[in-house]
This record gives sequence, C-alpha cells and structure tokens, in this order.
Amino acid sequence: MDKVMEYIWAFAVGGALCVIAQILIDKTKLTPARILVLYVVAGVALTGVGLYGKLVDFAGAGATVPLTGFGYSLANGVKKAIGERGLIGALTGGLTATSAGIAAAICFGWLVAVCFKGKPKG
Amino acid sequence: MEMDDKTYKKYAEKRAKKSNLAADCAKAFFVGGLICCIGQAAGDIYKALGIGEENVKALIPVTLVFIAALLTGLNVFDNIAKFAGAGTLVPITGFANAVVSPALDTKAEGFILGVGAKIFTIAGPVILYGTLASVIYGVVYYIAGRIF
Amino acid sequence: MQKGIIRLNNPPSIAATGNIVGKKEHEGPLGKYFDGFDETDTFGMPTWEQSESEMQRLALNRALDSGGYKIHDIDAIFAGDLINQCTSSGYGLANFDAPFFGLYGACSTIAEGLMLASMTVSSGLLNRAAAVTSSHNCSAERQFRYPLEYGGQRPPTAQWTATGSAAFIIEGHNKPPYISEVLPGRVTDKGINDANNMGAAMAPAAVDTLKRYFDESGKSPDEFSAIFTGDLGWEGSGILVDFLRAEGIDIARVHRDCGLLLYDRIGQDVHAGGSGCGCSATVLSAYIMKKLADLELTDILFVATGALMSPASLQQGLTIPGVAHLVRITMSGSTEAKNG
Repeated sequence: MDKVMEYIWAFAVGGALCVIAQILIDKTKLTPARILVLYVVAGVALTGVGLYGKLVDFAGAGATVPLTGFGYSLANGVKKAIGERGLIGALTGGLTATSAGIAAAICFGWLVAVCFKGKPKG
Repeated sequence: MEMDDKTYKKYAEKRAKKSNLAADCAKAFFVGGLICCIGQAAGDIYKALGIGEENVKALIPVTLVFIAALLTGLNVFDNIAKFAGAGTLVPITGFANAVVSPALDTKAEGFILGVGAKIFTIAGPVILYGTLASVIYGVVYYIAGRIF
Repeated sequence: MQKGIIRLNNPPSIAATGNIVGKKEHEGPLGKYFDGFDETDTFGMPTWEQSESEMQRLALNRALDSGGYKIHDIDAIFAGDLINQCTSSGYGLANFDAPFFGLYGACSTIAEGLMLASMTVSSGLLNRAAAVTSSHNCSAERQFRYPLEYGGQRPPTAQWTATGSAAFIIEGHNKPPYISEVLPGRVTDKGINDANNMGAAMAPAAVDTLKRYFDESGKSPDEFSAIFTGDLGWEGSGILVDFLRAEGIDIARVHRDCGLLLYDRIGQDVHAGGSGCGCSATVLSAYIMKKLADLELTDILFVATGALMSPASLQQGLTIPGVAHLVRITMSGSTEAKNG
C-alpha cells in the first residue's frame, strides 16, 4: 500500500473513532471514564469476532492507538498465549501484551508526580 | 412550583444550552486523527532504525504515553483536551492523562496514600474491565477451540 | 409553617466587609472592586486546601481592619465552605480567638452566615458577629470533579467554582447598610441529578424562597432596586425568571445573578457562570456593598442558592437538593421593615 494512503487511513479511522466518542459525550450523560471502558470492552469483543484485526491491517496506528486498540492488544495477547500455553494463557496473555503501555503510564505518571506541580485551570 | 419532578427534569434538559456537536466532532476528528498519525510516524521511524516489529508495536504506545505524560506535567494537556474533547480522550494519550493527572494531583496526600493509592482512580476501570473482557474472551476462545 | 419572613428588630448593620479573590476573578468584569487577589491562586500555600484556608484568614483580617476592629471585638464567627468537614473554615480561622460556628450551605453559605449573625445580633444575644465563607476552584475541582490536569470537556451548562473569600462584620443598628429581613430557605429537590447543571438543580429552591417572600410581604419585585441571586448561572437564572413569571411575579427587570456578574461568561470560558461559596460572597462584599454605599442601590434582596450534594451522593446517582436563603439589605434606617 502506498505510504501516503497509510497515513490518510490512519488519520481517517483514528479520527472517526474519536468522533463516535465525541457524539457520546455531547449527546448522552456518559462520563469519559465510562466511554473509555466501553471502548476497551468493544475492542476486545470486535477482536474476538475477527473484525478489529481487519481494521488494524487496514488503518495501522489509526486502529491501534485509540483505546479500542488497547482492547485489541488484550484480546490478541490472550489468543496468542492460549495457543502457546493453553488455558492459563487467558490470564497471562492480556496484560503481557499491554504491559509496555501500562507500565509506561505508571512510571511516567509517578515521575511527573515527582517532578511537576498542578496549576489552576485557565 | 406546580410541576412534577419528571416534567421539570425534561424541561431543564430541553432548555439547557447544547454543545456544538458539529464543531466538537470536527475538532475531535482532527486532533484524534493527528495523534494516530504521530503513532504511525513513530512506528515508521522505529522500523527505519532497524527495531524489530514486536518491539515497535510496544514502542508506539510507550512514545505516545510519554508525550501525553510530559504535556500533563507541563499543564498543557488539559488545555489541548478542552479543545479536542474525544480527540485526546480516545487515543492512548487519554489513558495516559487519566493515570498521570491523579498521580500529580494527589502528591499533596503523599506518595503512598496519595499518588500510590489514587493513581488508578480514573484509569482503573479501563484496566479492570479490559482485562476482565479479555479473560472471558480467552476462556470462550479456549473452549471453542476444544469443541470445534 | 409558623414562621416565614423573619423581621429583625433594630435591623443590624453590616459594619465592615473584606474580600480576596483569585486571578481569574480579578481579571473579570468586577476585578477593580475586590480588595486583593493572588496572581498564582496559591496565596503562598503548598496545597490548594491550605490556599483556601489562607483566603479566609486574609478576608476576615481585611474586614476587621476596614472596620477598625480587633478579633476580641467579635463575639462569634459563622463560617463555612465546600471542602470536606468545612476544613477551609476550621483551619483558616483557627488562629482567631473567637467562638466559631461551622456552617454548610454550599454556595448559599454566606447568606446562611449573614442570617444567623444578624438574627443573633438583632436579638441582643451577641454584640458583634462575623460571617465568613470561601471557595477555591482548585480544591473544589479536586474534591467534586477531576484532578486539575485531567483533560476533559465541560458541558455548556456547567458552572465554574469561583476562587475567593469574603467576610462580613455584623453589629447592632448603627449605620447603613442594614439587614432588615431574612427568610431561611427550605430544602427543595425537583429531581435533577446532573452535577453539570447545578443551576437547574438550585433554581426551584430560589423560586420557592422568592415566591414565599413576595406572597407573605405583599411587595412587588419593582419595589427593590435589585434582586441578586447567588450562582444560578445562565441556566438557573432563566428557569427562575420563567417560573416566577408563571406565578405572576416578574423579576426580570431587577434580577441579577452573582454567577453571571463575576465573570465575562463567554470571554472567560466559564460556561454557565460562576458558583461556589466564594462567588456570591465576594460579589456581595465587593460590588454590591460598593453600589449600596454609593446609593446606586438602596433596597435589595440577596438570595444565595446552594446545591447540597456530596461526591458520594453524586456517584450514587442521587438527585441534588437545593436551598435558597434570602437576606434583605436596605440603606434606609426607617422602621418600615419592622412594620412591613
């Protein structure tokens, strides 16, 4: 696939996933935390039924960077671990596959807490 | 006030000033799309540096999490998010901000009971329900694999 | 109900007042009226909760100074704020050597404090009492909403918690302005559970209080130079005016809302307007008191509204009860209010 098209699709698909969430924010009383939960669980479910993998092949980071992609990584990790280790993989696979992102958030979060101070909102 | 609660609630919701959906969606689309392209570009750069595919997959979220964490610390992220709405919330940057902002905010209560205990007050549900969903999926996948 | 409007014998005086605000409030349309502000909103303190306490200390000191009082001239302090267990008041006023009553009335606290101070002074139980209150945007955000650096969008109906504190000294009938009547509000809950639309949650309480006031007093809104509501904001103000009009009471011409006065609502991006104990308190202390002194206003109703929820009640999805306390402030020393 042409490089430019890769970026256009990443932009379009990633942007579209954000637009769906924006509609939920504006039109419903769903809090951001609920929307994020919805996205992760939807990502797991769509990966389970084989749809999200196709979107990832097609949109690259446009599908993996949104939080549905986090669900995709969890589900894919579980699937892979089950193939390698059997049923125990259902417990080990998800967090293993997403460990880099979670550990990074924890470590950078802690470092930011050490180094910075909150300011009043504008 | 001669109006029952249900009617009043409906009345209040009806007269409430509404968000500008079209403008909000346009901003979310633009910023969200841009963040995904930054992720795509980061991946291409890591690949060009000769980093293996599995590691690139891990480095993309790490990079975006780092940028979001830094912008949160610099008091910039919330201003971008005010503009972008779901555009910064939905990408992994929103998850990072949800972890970093309570960590930063609860420093006053100490590093154990503040930062340590409160770091997942907002992002915790994502990890809980994401993991739970993936485990359920794994069990179903395993059983399905045995039967068929 | 036995008692509605409480008419005060020898209407007590608001003898002195003092206030202090944050940067955003200083930059707002009322900026020039305030006694002081802090560019950083920290007031030199390491945590936002301590910053809020410090504001109360500064505001009460300013009120005492402006009236030439020492703390031992004060027989009691009625104070409250939004933070858990009213700690902003407790810590902020800890070093004042005066009896302390902690109040919770959310954004209505200043009216509750003024009401109790003026009733006790008017009845001769106390010679002089202070009413103090505060709110700080950062401590309120932390307690009721999200961490300060959390990136979220607020809906257009949300209100902005003001950073500010004000103190009032009430003493026996001596010089204007006077508090001639008070009407304590009733807790009113019309089923709103959206913390992002507190104006709609509190408006029914203001409707209830004002309707009771006009029904009982037989007065009409146009007899007052202004009716100030505290923190109904854009949403709640519209509801109040419409509902009272439906009851045959038209306040549109004289109605002003402190939440809408404190900020440039659009320019300062505060959505539906200001809120918080410090909002109506600082507007009263700085702006309304000045207009009274200049006789641009001579007889006003000050109706501060409070939303009585907690973070736990919100998370449990409970509806938000409101309360609205009315205080009538006049410049004339006549006993008209007594005979009313």
